[in-house]
Amino acid sequence: MEIPYTVKNRPDTGVYNGKLGIWLFLASEVMLFGGLFAAYVFLRLGAPEGTWPNGLMNIWAGFGNSIILLLSSVFVTKTWASVKLNDFSGFKRNLAITMLLSTLFLGIKGYEYNEKFHHFGAFMKDPASPVGWSLQVTGHLLENPDKEDTQHLLLAADAYQPSDWASAPKPDNYHEIKENPALRFAHPGIEITGEEHHGEPVLKIAKDQIFRSSTFVPKYNSFFAIYFTMSGLHALHMIGGLVIFFYFWTFGSKMFHTNRAQFANRIEVTGLFWHFVDLIWFFLFPVMYLM
Amino acid sequence: MSNNHDKHADDHGHHELGFWQKYIFSTDHKVIGIQYGITALVFLFFGFSLMMAMRWSIAHPGEPIPVFGFLIKLLLGSDNASAQFANNIMTGTLYNSFGAMHGTIMVFLAVVPLAFGAYGNYVTPLQVGAPDMAFPRLNMVSYHTYWPGGLIMLISFFVPGGAAKSGWTSYSPLASIADHGQGIWHIFNGQTLWLLGMVMLITSSLFGSVNLIVTIVQLRVKGLTWFRLPFFTWAQFITAFLLLLAFPPLESAGIMQLMDRLAGTSFFLPSGLYVGGQALEVSGGGSPLLWQHLFWFLAHPEVYVLILPAVGIVAEIIACNTRKPLWGYKSLVFAALFLGFISFSVWAHHMYLTGMGTKVSTFFQLTTVIISIPSVIILTALMISLWGGSIRFNSAMLFATAFLPMFGLGGLTGIPLAFNALDLYLHDTYYVIGHFHYVVAPGTIFALFAGIYHWYPKFSGRMMSEFLGKLHFWPSFVCMNLIFLPMFIQGMAGMHRRWYDGGASYELSQAFIPLFQPLIPVFNAFLEAFGKNPIEGIRAIDLNLVMSWGAWLLALAQVPFIINVLGAWIFGRKAGDNPWGCTTLEWATPTPPPHGNFLKEPVVYRGPYEYSVPGADKDFTPQDEPPKS
Ligand code: HEM
Ligand SMILES: [Cu+2]
Repeated sequence: MEIPYTVKNRPDTGVYNGKLGIWLFLASEVMLFGGLFAAYVFLRLGAPEGTWPNGLMNIWAGFGNSIILLLSSVFVTKTWASVKLNDFSGFKRNLAITMLLSTLFLGIKGYEYNEKFHHFGAFMKDPASPVGWSLQVTGHLLENPDKEDTQHLLLAADAYQPSDWASAPKPDNYHEIKENPALRFAHPGIEITGEEHHGEPVLKIAKDQIFRSSTFVPKYNSFFAIYFTMSGLHALHMIGGLVIFFYFWTFGSKMFHTNRAQFANRIEVTGLFWHFVDLIWFFLFPVMYLM
Repeated sequence: MSNNHDKHADDHGHHELGFWQKYIFSTDHKVIGIQYGITALVFLFFGFSLMMAMRWSIAHPGEPIPVFGFLIKLLLGSDNASAQFANNIMTGTLYNSFGAMHGTIMVFLAVVPLAFGAYGNYVTPLQVGAPDMAFPRLNMVSYHTYWPGGLIMLISFFVPGGAAKSGWTSYSPLASIADHGQGIWHIFNGQTLWLLGMVMLITSSLFGSVNLIVTIVQLRVKGLTWFRLPFFTWAQFITAFLLLLAFPPLESAGIMQLMDRLAGTSFFLPSGLYVGGQALEVSGGGSPLLWQHLFWFLAHPEVYVLILPAVGIVAEIIACNTRKPLWGYKSLVFAALFLGFISFSVWAHHMYLTGMGTKVSTFFQLTTVIISIPSVIILTALMISLWGGSIRFNSAMLFATAFLPMFGLGGLTGIPLAFNALDLYLHDTYYVIGHFHYVVAPGTIFALFAGIYHWYPKFSGRMMSEFLGKLHFWPSFVCMNLIFLPMFIQGMAGMHRRWYDGGASYELSQAFIPLFQPLIPVFNAFLEAFGKNPIEGIRAIDLNLVMSWGAWLLALAQVPFIINVLGAWIFGRKAGDNPWGCTTLEWATPTPPPHGNFLKEPVVYRGPYEYSVPGADKDFTPQDEPPKS
């Protein structure tokens, strides 16, 4: 016996097997990302007030990617329509455009990741502070920090944040601090060299005065931890989708001619998955970039 | 019930498949079901063996393990771990490792794969009259993701430091920081391998549950309406939804714990944590409670994944062997549906001790009390089903009937745990261990045994020995209670669940148990009669001996079972297509069912349990028997 309803809808349920299957799979995916969004809420609420980092993301890259992904979703639908209309070259073209757009998305994502991997931050020690550090400085490294023979590292600083930023009242001389590097970066381990790099003051930081430091990788702070985890998982889903698209575009396309009805179903089901990946991004973008 | 299908079955053979395609990479749901079954039984035995070694340490702390010590040495191939096991004496670390792996293996690699993977795969498509699962190749992939997950767990015994030690719950911060090695051991250590293994198991169960739901929804044959589905299929259906929706949050938690371990994040590591006197470098805001929430969001529904299929099996067997319709079939279905829904909202009753706040605790206390209602309905309906039947006590029915009081005891002892105030005292004592083992060991495992005795003739074409079945049942029944009943008493006396010396170094365990004091004169009269010295009382720690001997004897009691399963394959009497006279569709196939299952597509005309229908010509009317016109 053949397995029924692989091509046609079952009359009383109104779906074919694959479609029900993908909806169930997507339900579980909602729970998967739901768990991570829950973690985001937990981490953000758990962060000491005012310490949740803002404005570290490249909004334009994220925005551009949103448009690109939206377009790719449109082209997946067009791909499916082409199969339904028995238009093989249209199918090939639309699917190719979908793949191009998603590759572009991943390229931009890679660029953003790379940008983060080159940003550096250091938390300066303070035994008196309850968290072990009192000042966070971030910027661009001018030297490899892992060289063993140096006791210092050189940083073109672009931002700073005291650990008690939120809890302590704003000091009277706030504006003065903002303007004056010597006050801004007041810490025994930091020496202001007086030089500048692309308009940022260059600091010489004693390694043994650093509580902890790294580039903007997941371990840098909880925001990057959840950002990289979620956007990385999202990117993995996109890569998975791309592989499947590529299969349909090449070897799998034989089925277009041998069993078009089932082929259309396959494209439809993959398209549903793709819309879901798209949807996840439309939650990720505001949460990670804007809020 | 004649063998008239047999000849068909032989020449019905499709094109011949090679060995690999037929037995290893098969897409036939029945072969996959059996693959799941065999693999899971092996893991069940392994998980049990770990516990037998632990029980030695509990009953005879500090003494070398006799006879089997060398086997454990073999298991702990790497120098590091076998150094822990010098002189064959169990250490605390090794005990932790065995304990964590016992729990993990029993739950995720043995009982769920048996209940859902084996029975779900083998029986459900037959019961809905389908030729196979909806996605046969996905089904194959699911099995071939399951066993590598298990293999990873097994390999983790051999890496330096040994297998995971943070309990089957893998609580952070411990699980985030334990076992970090240098170089490649940074990845190949027990705790990280545990996470990798879990990710594979979760993926496998995701494929399985999608497949099963689609099969039930889409491939039901003509006439098989929702309320004509056998209760077993309903139970599998709800179980599949639990797996589908509850497991992914654990997967996300697993990914985050993996990030904590490999990428240096601190999702689950709070600020201000000191390890070995040094402040841990964390990025701030991490929360151990987050792990617990995500874990229990899975692990409570998982409890129902462990028991619903078992209840389904028992229901089928009871209906068939009492020759009566199930009492309250619809209430059973609705109770199970309700149970499934609400099982998503009770998880934090495992977390009363964490100080998550009284409001939250009160909420979960309420939902937990509510969820006991459908469980009681289910159990009551099954018990009433026995009423007034002339019961045929074959081996399957013995196990199925024993399931009822054992599962009942497990369930009832859970009610005190629902209450915040009582749980504060009982949490992490042997009381809890006793409670959930009554549910899963003499409960679910008995049901799984019952299922094997019941369906064995269908999948092998042979009958098992009833004598060996009874020789398996009675000692198992006694031993199970010897092991688990004292746990309640110990727990109420305050015995902690993770004392690897069984309490030898704790004063608490040396106090006399008041419950037994009135009996002591009676004991002493006996002792005196045999010329032994009288005793003053029984201490909590003394019960350890009884329980441990119970566990070892339980192992012995499985010998008749193993002989039966293997022996019947060769020597068993040939079984007909429907040896027990059951009504559901799996008995309408040839025996054993060929690839494609049914000789022609069945049509269903009636409900699942038409036994002893007045006026019918026999005492059961199969679902596919056309009405007399
Ligand atoms: C019938 C044989 C069994 C015996 C004698 C047994 C005995 C025990 C004992 C004494 C413990 C406490 C260990 C400790 O925390 O120190 C334990 C823990 C546990 N058992 Fe069993 N068990 C058996 C079967 C099962 C089965 C069938 C399951 C699951 C389906 C299971 C699941 C667990 C779990 C989840 C834990 C908790 C492990 C942890 O604390 O991380 N056991 N078992
Ligand atoms: Cu629970």
